[in-house]
Amino acid sequence: MTATAHRLAIRALLEGPVTSEAIGAFLGGREFPLVEGASVTFVWRGEADAVRLRHFIYGLPASQAFARVPGTDLWHLTLELPERSRVEYKLEVEQHGEARWIQDPLNPQHARDPFGSNSVVHAHGYEVPEWTRFDPESRAGTIEDHALDSKALARRARVGVYLPARFRPTRRYPLLIVHDGGDYVQYSGLKTVLDNLIHRVEVSDLIVCLTYPGDRLVEYADHEQHARFLTEELVPWLSAKWPLQDRPAARCLMGASFGAVASLAAASRYPGFYGRLLLQSGSFAFSDIGPNARGPAFANIVEFVNAFRDRPAKVSERVFVSCGTYESLIYENRSLVPLLQSTGMDVRYVEARDGHNWENWRDRSRAGLTWLFPGPIGMIYE
Amino acid sequence: MSSRALAFLGPQRFQPTLARAVAALGIEGDLATVTAGWQERELEVEELHEHLGGRAVNLELHRRAELVFQADPELAAAHHRRQELFREMQEIYVLRLDAMLAACVTLDARPGHAQLLEQERAAAMDAVRALDLAHAARIAEVHDEFDARWHPLDRPALALQRNEIARLLDGVTAVAIAGGHVAALINRLRMFDVLGLAGERPVLAWSGGAMACAARIVLFHDHPPFGSGNAQVLDHGLGLEESLVFLPHARRRLDLSDSTRTGRLARRFRGSTLAVLEDGAILTWQRGLGWNADDGCLALGEDGALTPMRITIGAVS
Repeated sequence: MTATAHRLAIRALLEGPVTSEAIGAFLGGREFPLVEGASVTFVWRGEADAVRLRHFIYGLPASQAFARVPGTDLWHLTLELPERSRVEYKLEVEQHGEARWIQDPLNPQHARDPFGSNSVVHAHGYEVPEWTRFDPESRAGTIEDHALDSKALARRARVGVYLPARFRPTRRYPLLIVHDGGDYVQYSGLKTVLDNLIHRVEVSDLIVCLTYPGDRLVEYADHEQHARFLTEELVPWLSAKWPLQDRPAARCLMGASFGAVASLAAASRYPGFYGRLLLQSGSFAFSDIGPNARGPAFANIVEFVNAFRDRPAKVSERVFVSCGTYESLIYENRSLVPLLQSTGMDVRYVEARDGHNWENWRDRSRAGLTWLFPGPIGMIYE
Repeated sequence: MSSRALAFLGPQRFQPTLARAVAALGIEGDLATVTAGWQERELEVEELHEHLGGRAVNLELHRRAELVFQADPELAAAHHRRQELFREMQEIYVLRLDAMLAACVTLDARPGHAQLLEQERAAAMDAVRALDLAHAARIAEVHDEFDARWHPLDRPALALQRNEIARLLDGVTAVAIAGGHVAALINRLRMFDVLGLAGERPVLAWSGGAMACAARIVLFHDHPPFGSGNAQVLDHGLGLEESLVFLPHARRRLDLSDSTRTGRLARRFRGSTLAVLEDGAILTWQRGLGWNADDGCLALGEDGALTPMRITIGAVS
């Protein structure tokens, strides 16, 4: 169905007398935002001076005004969203000269992140992947909490260690180190994803180390001490406690945003040590000329990425890169891919119509993990 | 078909039916269990053996194979080379298979002259069947060449373990074969010629174990993270049953909403019954009684739908 093939419900409402009963009938029995083909209609009801959509789609004006249905308290806005889009947003409601950002009260879909939560609209064709949901058939792994003293970071470093279901100390496992590991578990459902993908044999049995940063804007921005912590302290500490395979192809660094930078930067400081990288929406800012426009937090990153662009090196074997097309970082990530490929690294790149958020990273995790650590899916029939 | 009694079962994790099948076949005495498909978890058989009331002894084929490889490095190296060859053969076969099945898919969807298309579709599917047969034949040749060159059953390290297995089998009345990694399982069963040692003892098998007992092992998964997801012939099985191809966990692994695709799979293996055994299902064969399929035994038809096997079982027996 396309938007033009059928009259939109909001148009039908506006063409008749917009009585209180008509508004009630329009709102009743429908889910909002109302997705009709490519058209998505947002609605807010209440007294206000103005209502605006505040979304996180890079490329569209960040603020889109709702129209008020004359003589009523109904506000509406219709946007065209490409198929399979997933968009996080808030409503900005202005009352008595004061603007508040709120979640859409008519929309039960929310996504959480470390800063709170947003409303979410699923455009036509988007579905929450089935493998991200709890599956009672999947055998559950466990997460143990640990800490180690890091000389490199001059602090006690908290880590979580995920052991797959049916973990056996006599077997050796690949290692995945996840930057912002706690957030990945909390906001991207990483444990459920691992349980499901390992149970379904799409991903091989793994030991996963969840790291927690100190000041992530410092530690993740090409920080020598962070790379040293990972490589000279954390991996040996993990190897002493758990049975890990001692080969680059069985060691992966994963991260999103600054965490992706930290992964590539650490691999660059220890070339060949990490044979697998999983980089999601990396903040790979660079400048072709002059200073970067992203602010001082990016200064180290720009220096690192500029240097990498000047002298790209084969720092790993296999690299998975993903980015949302609605992110401001899409340009940087698209630019990085041919650069990585030019070094001879095996690179897989995936885009999706989503933004810089944890559920985007959740939805792309299957593509990354199954490619970096494929399980014997065709062979196992239990 | 051998005269031994057989039972093929649905997945056992949530609805174990092995004990019921043992009773249905009138088996008394202890069972030998084969859990080599579980690989390094082979010995975690407490639950399975408890289900059998403790009347079980594990043949430990996975562990025994490791002992053989440690004691006979020459055989281990030859085995490793052969497995590498199999891997490469499988990759090349899948390359050709994907291209041939892509032609089938295109022709199935193409409008045009009905009679002409029907002939071309049949020819395209015949080419796929010929490739499947050629691949299986080449695999069999490699097995034969390996056996002729290395005489594995005669080598002392393997013979030692085989004697142990024979001794254990002397004390049991039937063999139960669990699923797991089907390539590892068929490899170990074949390596020790377990069925040769088991004589006419009944065999009960499920999931990958059932696949290994059939004449052909067909790997399948319609939703792999990467790749075409086309079903592929892996190897010959033990051939306890000639006309069945087992598709365990079909509801999870097959896209049953796409009847064109599932129907194409059934047409490809025309002449065999594609058997789907649901949780709790029991399919038995006994000399003089023939086949008995309960309601959980289904067959995938050329229309892409699952139907009760008792309708199609005549073709099997």
